[in-house]
Amino acid sequence: MTDTGYVRSELVAAKPAPNPTSGAVVWAKKNLFATPMDALLTAFGVLFLLWVVPPFFNFVLGHAVGPMGTVEECRAITAGACWAYVYNEMEFFIYGFYDIPQLWRPNIVFALGALLFVPLLIPKLPFKRINALLFLFVYPVVAYFLLAGGVFGLSEMPTEKWGGLLVTLIISVVGITLAFPLGIVLALGRQSTLPVIKTICVTFIELIRSVPLITILFMASIMLPLFMPQGMTVDKLLRALVGVTLFTSAYLAEVVRGGLQAIPRGQYEAAASLGLGYWQRMYFIILPQALKHVIPGIVNSFIALFKDTSLVYIVGMKDLLEAVKTKNDSALEWQSANTATTGYLFAAIVFWAFCFSMSRYSMFMERRLNTGHKR
Amino acid sequence: MQKTLVTIAVAASLGLGATASAQAGILEDVVAKGYIQCGVTGGVAGFSAPDSNNVWTGLEVDYCRALAAAIFNDADAVRFTSLTSQERFTALSAGEVDVLSRTTTWTMSRDTQLGINFVGTMFYDGQGFMVRKADGIASGLDLSGAAICVEAGTTTELNAADYFATNGMEFNTVVFVDQDEVVKAYEDGRCDVYTTDSSALAAERSKFAVPDDHVILPEIISKEPLGPVVRQGDDIWFNIARWTYFALLEAEELGVSQANVDEMLGSDNPAIKRLLGVEGDFGTPLGLTKDWAYQILKLVGNYAETYERNVGPATPIGLERGLNALWKDGGIQYAPPVR
Repeated sequence: MTDTGYVRSELVAAKPAPNPTSGAVVWAKKNLFATPMDALLTAFGVLFLLWVVPPFFNFVLGHAVGPMGTVEECRAITAGACWAYVYNEMEFFIYGFYDIPQLWRPNIVFALGALLFVPLLIPKLPFKRINALLFLFVYPVVAYFLLAGGVFGLSEMPTEKWGGLLVTLIISVVGITLAFPLGIVLALGRQSTLPVIKTICVTFIELIRSVPLITILFMASIMLPLFMPQGMTVDKLLRALVGVTLFTSAYLAEVVRGGLQAIPRGQYEAAASLGLGYWQRMYFIILPQALKHVIPGIVNSFIALFKDTSLVYIVGMKDLLEAVKTKNDSALEWQSANTATTGYLFAAIVFWAFCFSMSRYSMFMERRLNTGHKR
Repeated sequence: MQKTLVTIAVAASLGLGATASAQAGILEDVVAKGYIQCGVTGGVAGFSAPDSNNVWTGLEVDYCRALAAAIFNDADAVRFTSLTSQERFTALSAGEVDVLSRTTTWTMSRDTQLGINFVGTMFYDGQGFMVRKADGIASGLDLSGAAICVEAGTTTELNAADYFATNGMEFNTVVFVDQDEVVKAYEDGRCDVYTTDSSALAAERSKFAVPDDHVILPEIISKEPLGPVVRQGDDIWFNIARWTYFALLEAEELGVSQANVDEMLGSDNPAIKRLLGVEGDFGTPLGLTKDWAYQILKLVGNYAETYERNVGPATPIGLERGLNALWKDGGIQYAPPVR
């Protein structure tokens, strides 16, 4: 036993490295190929992507005809999307029949709107109160007179000539700004203890919610004129605005009511015990908490409203989608196999951009206002 | 063009429309507000659509411009409203538009039951068939057993059924809600035949990748006289609307066009002198000025010019005059004399 010693005379043989616990391969093994079934699904998924993505990419970009292309290029058998068509008809898609030499007017309206609206969205910027007053009360008047004209030497531009994205934005911005307060008032009214107010609000909400928007617009465009004295007409854009606003306010009212119900009774009582009146209680205590709870629902309604604006084609207005459709049908000099598809693709991209921004902004708002109530 | 079934809403409008139209004076109203409100389709190439400068153009549009020229000496004193086929008659009877120039088919029930009057036939249309050239079909009578693409809710479908039943032939309809879908389905080969009004067939054919692969069969299986419409009960306005249309035809017949109208003022032809107001006064009894027709021709042109400019063979739509030629050229467009 003398040869037993405690001093190692040679190196320990290296063991194989332990299995890695991170890295692309591990991730793939864990998430994509954990079981034979997973592997099979992954294979199908990859095949599906290979089947769908390259042709789509080729259509939209690879084989597409750029903005400076010609219709002959678009007509080639191998051509993809015809962006030249969209580029050339852009003015109609954005402004409709608005006279081309007068386009600076809607442009100023767009620019002013962005200038006043964007700072409202950024919490850090100062002067919120003045900014909001300007946007809500001064801007609409300025925008209306700039667009419609007939004063200050501006040529008159009847609303029949407005169209495209301009109309889509007018309807959605006005609809959202008016429907939101109206919806809150309706929600509060529905919870009122005064029977008359409660009945009016419930009737209004239930009536409007029980019919599709398309019916309301149809009523406004076809039935309304019959009830009015001969020769008296209400502007079509106004009719669409009223219809869309009333419709959205009914839905918003129910969303807000959901928020109101989530507030514990103690909050109402605590507010009352401070000696606050009804409106003060609502404004300072209840609504700030209630609205925070239902941001996703509210934004949902706004997004729905934005997309529903395309239903105004029912009253003969040419919103973005209808403007695209009109040109698809009638711009014969641009006809090719992919013209109409490209037009619709363009409309889809614009709608997506707006709706996605709204959704992202609402998530930002939720995080900002999160005071620990989130589970 | 689209003859969607008349809705209950329109039916309800009849009574109201009739009482309302008893109040006279569309002409005074129009003069007071300074423009004509004109209802159009809005998006049918050649009839009413935005051109590359986003200005309304087309045959329907030109009629309204001619009316504005006759009343205001200004072809731009007109505002256009796009109307769907459901709302067009209500819009007219409720006074939202002063004239409806929206490729509306003149039928007896519309003329007698809707409280409206048809001014005339701006465009004689009729339903036809389009097939692929490769199928080698030469006549509508060869279509037995074919699959036919049609738009739902239109008389197109009924006309096709009538035609096949009359000729004892079998067929299958493939129905779609939207015109675009119908065309796409035909293009993709889901049916052998595409049927609608022949003007629309020609317009759709021009959009195909290779238009020459498709032929429009010679058979016209229905009568579709399309024309402007006014409210019933105002004869002064009706006369203006009607004679504006006649002036377009009369000018073509007499060889007066936009280009030569000023020379024609010195013409020796008494008919031309009467039309242009050089001799006699036919405008004042109409409620207009003496040179009403001169203004129409100067600002818009005659029927041939507006036809050629919007739907004629030189345009992408490429419609021959056919029935729409003047009576002396083998068509049926005919205007009473200005005398």
